Amino acid sequence: MKVGLFIPCYMDQFYPQAAIATYKLLLKLGCDVEYPEGQTCCGQPLANAGNEAASRGSYLHFVTMFEKYDYIVAPSGSCVYHVRHHFDTLDQTDAVKKVRAKTLDLTEFLLDVLQISSLPAKYPHKVGLHQSCHGLRGLHLATSSELVNKPAASKLHELLSMVEGLTLVELDRKDECCGFGGTFSVKEPAISVKMGKDRIRDHFSKGAEVITAGDMSCLMHLEGIISRQNIPIKVIHIAEILNADEI
Amino acid sequence: MTPHAQKAAIFNKDEVRTDWHDASLWMVRKKRDFAVSEIPEWEFLREFASDIKMHTLSKLDDYLELFEKAAIQNGATVHWAEDAKEHNDIVLTILNKHQAKKMVKSKSMLTEECHLNEFLERHNIEVIDSDLGERIIQMLNEPPSHIVMPAIHLKKEEIGELFHRELHTEKGATDPQYLTEAARHHLREKFHTAQVALTGVNFGIAETGEVVVCTNEGNADMGVHLTPVQIHSMGIEKLIPRRSDLAVFTRLLARSATGQPVTVFTSHHRNPKPAGEMHIILVDNGRTEQLGKPDFRSSLKCIRCGACMNTCPIYRRSGGHSYETTIPGPIGSILTPGIDLKKHGQLPFASTLCGSCTDVCPVKIDIHTQLYKWRQIVSEAGLPEAGNKTMMSIMGNGLASPTFFHRLGNIGRKLLRLFPGKERFLSFTVWTKDRDLPKAPVESFREWYAKQAKDA
Repeated sequence: MKVGLFIPCYMDQFYPQAAIATYKLLLKLGCDVEYPEGQTCCGQPLANAGNEAASRGSYLHFVTMFEKYDYIVAPSGSCVYHVRHHFDTLDQTDAVKKVRAKTLDLTEFLLDVLQISSLPAKYPHKVGLHQSCHGLRGLHLATSSELVNKPAASKLHELLSMVEGLTLVELDRKDECCGFGGTFSVKEPAISVKMGKDRIRDHFSKGAEVITAGDMSCLMHLEGIISRQNIPIKVIHIAEILNADEI
Repeated sequence: MTPHAQKAAIFNKDEVRTDWHDASLWMVRKKRDFAVSEIPEWEFLREFASDIKMHTLSKLDDYLELFEKAAIQNGATVHWAEDAKEHNDIVLTILNKHQAKKMVKSKSMLTEECHLNEFLERHNIEVIDSDLGERIIQMLNEPPSHIVMPAIHLKKEEIGELFHRELHTEKGATDPQYLTEAARHHLREKFHTAQVALTGVNFGIAETGEVVVCTNEGNADMGVHLTPVQIHSMGIEKLIPRRSDLAVFTRLLARSATGQPVTVFTSHHRNPKPAGEMHIILVDNGRTEQLGKPDFRSSLKCIRCGACMNTCPIYRRSGGHSYETTIPGPIGSILTPGIDLKKHGQLPFASTLCGSCTDVCPVKIDIHTQLYKWRQIVSEAGLPEAGNKTMMSIMGNGLASPTFFHRLGNIGRKLLRLFPGKERFLSFTVWTKDRDLPKAPVESFREWYAKQAKDA
């Protein structure tokens, strides 16, 4: 089984440690992982801003880069959702269909494909889990709080429960959006920042030392506010926790 | 910045009030969650309701004719209004026929959409909104900020002040029961002296020709029972085929709206009173056009419960008035661009596309997907909200080119490294006004990976 690793553009440049953790974790779990160096972007930033047509080139490039792999894994529910859901505007060739079906978020790959039930990970900290929206409601990585009567499930919780020493804090609002929203963060800065502040307060007031999520973009936004306001809390991508084997 | 973003920024200047507004609406969302948790078949009901609505919309012309025929048989007069102007003219004609100068009105978002009050006031008709929240904002000369709780943006102290001024209640009074009692007496006099009553319509039943009005205050019934002439203004999408379909919707509506099991009053109006008149106005006002758009057709399933507003993290932190539409919030942001793209094309961008609206919607409208699709249309129309098209096209080509992409990324990261810890100097950018930039690392993942490959 050959796995192609997709690393979102901003993670490549600003959060390489989360990408390295993803890569190392997959290696540790015995995957044959490759990072195709010609990869660019899934096209989401332009498409969400209303310019789907302009993203077409990057969609096609993504398909060309990744069609040869059995699975395409990315540490980002948001990018994966974009590929799976919004590549529907391309002609549905066999390559496009394959890439759409085989592109998975790291957490679903670990649980649904590798079907792991334990991890050699240790992270003795109080952690707040932020459910990133695209993974949550787009990829159904967890049952959203609106769907009251569906069995509560969360892939991220399941994985974090395999980590030795980790304590999850209970939040008041378990899956409210952080306010990043791509271009929303600069189109609507007042609300974007306010939403971020409210999320951080929820985690911090429950004693979390660290906020984790499946999407680094949410965490980048939260970290920007945390840093500006000097709040003693950190952000860390879930891949880094799942790959953590020492204190 | 878009007009919504500007209004939202003003709203957020008073953070304590923003928190209060957010918490008030979140409480309603929590009440909804609890009410829903008591209905094990909730997800089935949502699906069922969605199917009934999609079916009805697919044969809307047939059902409208069926409804008209049944309503006429019941003794009602049925009017057809293509737009707001026709609707308002029909209402005025009915009023004039009866030489009526005073009309009580129960809550109706449709008449807000048609700006009926202003129109009738210009023709020297006194219109009294009889829903408490509606009456409050009418006194303030403000539009509703929410479709179910029109005065949710106001605090009881502000209502106390308003009532002191308008209804001569005690100065400084804030007790909700006292203030509501004052409003009751004030409205009672209006009910007794009005000559015509107009209501909105929650559901029109095609097989029986009756209209169903759901209220908590009984004000729609009070109006209809005390006046000889009753008018029901109804959007054409309000139809459901059979009376037996209604229970699906009444189970969903109040639970989604306020977390109540059912509204206090669910009133069926079928026949005129003896010697009275019953008019039903069927209003299109852009609905047929929306029906003709496959991507947006399902927005007409909306039963106006307001759950998408209560759950929306943006609505809760910007208030209904920031949308500058009759129907604010997520559903308004997919309904209104079809009416005026230039004016409302900004609204699909007032969202993070978090999808909470879609999951909370009792009739399963894929609201956030439609927001995304409206963004594409706004862009195609060349409106500024979607950014400069040429620029976007250049960026699109760049994102498809590995060389360009990697160089640009590296330049960005290295530029940031030149300003470590000095992000505040960059505070002229929108991002950095209240947020720091990420700390740029020495090497990118790509560079790290290339080294690994070399070492191996």
